[in-house]
Amino acid sequence: MAKKRGRGMAAVNYPTGMNLGGDPSQALVHATTTGSFIVTLSSVDLGQGLKTVMAQICAETLGVPTENVIIDTADTDTGPHCMGTFASRGTHRIGNAIIMAAKEAKSVMLEVAAEELEVDSGDLQTDGAGNIHVKGSPQKSISVFNTALAAHFKHGKTISGRGIFLQPRSYPEPETGKMTPATCYAHACTVAEVEVDTETGEVRVLSLKSAYEVGRALNPRMVEQQIIGGAWMGLSHALYETTEPYYPDRSHGPVDFNQYLMPGPGDLPEFENVVIERPAADGPYGAKGVGEMTANSPIPAIANAIFDAVGVRVDSLPITPEKVLRGIQALNARAPY
Amino acid sequence: MTKVAVQFTLNDEEQNEFVDSGSTLLAVLRGKLGLYSTKAGCHQGSCGACTVIIDGEPRLSCLTLAQRCTGRMITTIEGLTRDGALHPLQQAFMEGFAAQCGFCTPGMILAAKSLLDRNQSPSRDDVIDAISGNICRCTGYEPIIAAVLAAAEQMRAEMKKSA
Repeated sequence: MAKKRGRGMAAVNYPTGMNLGGDPSQALVHATTTGSFIVTLSSVDLGQGLKTVMAQICAETLGVPTENVIIDTADTDTGPHCMGTFASRGTHRIGNAIIMAAKEAKSVMLEVAAEELEVDSGDLQTDGAGNIHVKGSPQKSISVFNTALAAHFKHGKTISGRGIFLQPRSYPEPETGKMTPATCYAHACTVAEVEVDTETGEVRVLSLKSAYEVGRALNPRMVEQQIIGGAWMGLSHALYETTEPYYPDRSHGPVDFNQYLMPGPGDLPEFENVVIERPAADGPYGAKGVGEMTANSPIPAIANAIFDAVGVRVDSLPITPEKVLRGIQALNARAPY
Repeated sequence: MTKVAVQFTLNDEEQNEFVDSGSTLLAVLRGKLGLYSTKAGCHQGSCGACTVIIDGEPRLSCLTLAQRCTGRMITTIEGLTRDGALHPLQQAFMEGFAAQCGFCTPGMILAAKSLLDRNQSPSRDDVIDAISGNICRCTGYEPIIAAVLAAAEQMRAEMKKSA
């Protein structure tokens, strides 16, 4: 009886968004009288930071400070349509819709500023700090604040824009079955290191080291958040979580947090992550989806590491001590030592 | 239902309330006093979201009867911010991206505060032990552990400066 170590790896190619009759999201952008910008969405921030990243995308497109952008996700009944926050589609689909809307709003803003400054709007640019000025001569400038006031009270214009990103429905080619079910794909690879107790069948994950290719990390700290949170969730799926531990008798299923097992802070492996950026041609500022995929590659990587450690191939989740132990016993029965 | 009088200090303010006998501190904080930052998760003491500090100890407010709190000092997350300034733990959670959906955050911070009030130089294992009764679904715990250690370091530095 011993503790045996093993190492396993797994890779994932993850599609951004989905395609069941088309995958659209809409955004509306408008300026208040004082030059704040409201982005109206039906999308939902589940805690993954959608509001932050959407504000960044809108601010970048308009060329205004991020704190001047307010994301309003108040009401799916009255907001512009969104398929939802799932399938790792939020940043890509909604981000693209916001860029389109913000571009339209920006063109109105520059038209108003051009009239105020008596120049051609094509010669104007925003400075990212709340001002609009003539390219090459920053002293000829007007604030976004004053531009918004002028639009509302002098020019009778709404500084606003409409945006939609639609990934159209893709039908399979009858001959080959070929189709385009998603847009860009993100990629990742995880190496897991485990220690298996051959007496108890218990598995301890020592480290999860991953490389992620995410297009562009629009908010690097939040990408890191997703990767670590997802690695933990992958570990949890691999070794702990199940609603039916004694399937098929559902009455034995867990009903609360005491019975539904998850790893706690004391069960953490060492995490190490590398983010690689290769901007996606169709992504908002090159971004791809990096949500759900983070819980994927750790699972087969852990399963492979267990195989490497003790030669047991478990093909159902979670990989409980019982399954590992039965596997070890089966191996021993075949080749007793 | 019989009403009972409870008197306790909540975030440095005296509270006098008549509450239903048998009602939990969690129910009183949220239902009667409107302090919704104390989260109601499992209502059975297994998730830690409702953690508050009672006389310096982290306690599960869903398992604590309000009438047992008479004469006690209670701190909720609302009591951590002083004159608009965030507590070092709150600051560290924010800067360390230690919250995602935020549901576990008040309980996590209070469990950590109770630790730092007792132990200014906790080890990583001390932090893990202190938050092991609090479930988080989003962060993978690692950023939370790092934030608590960062806050401890910050608080030690502040103490040195003021000494």
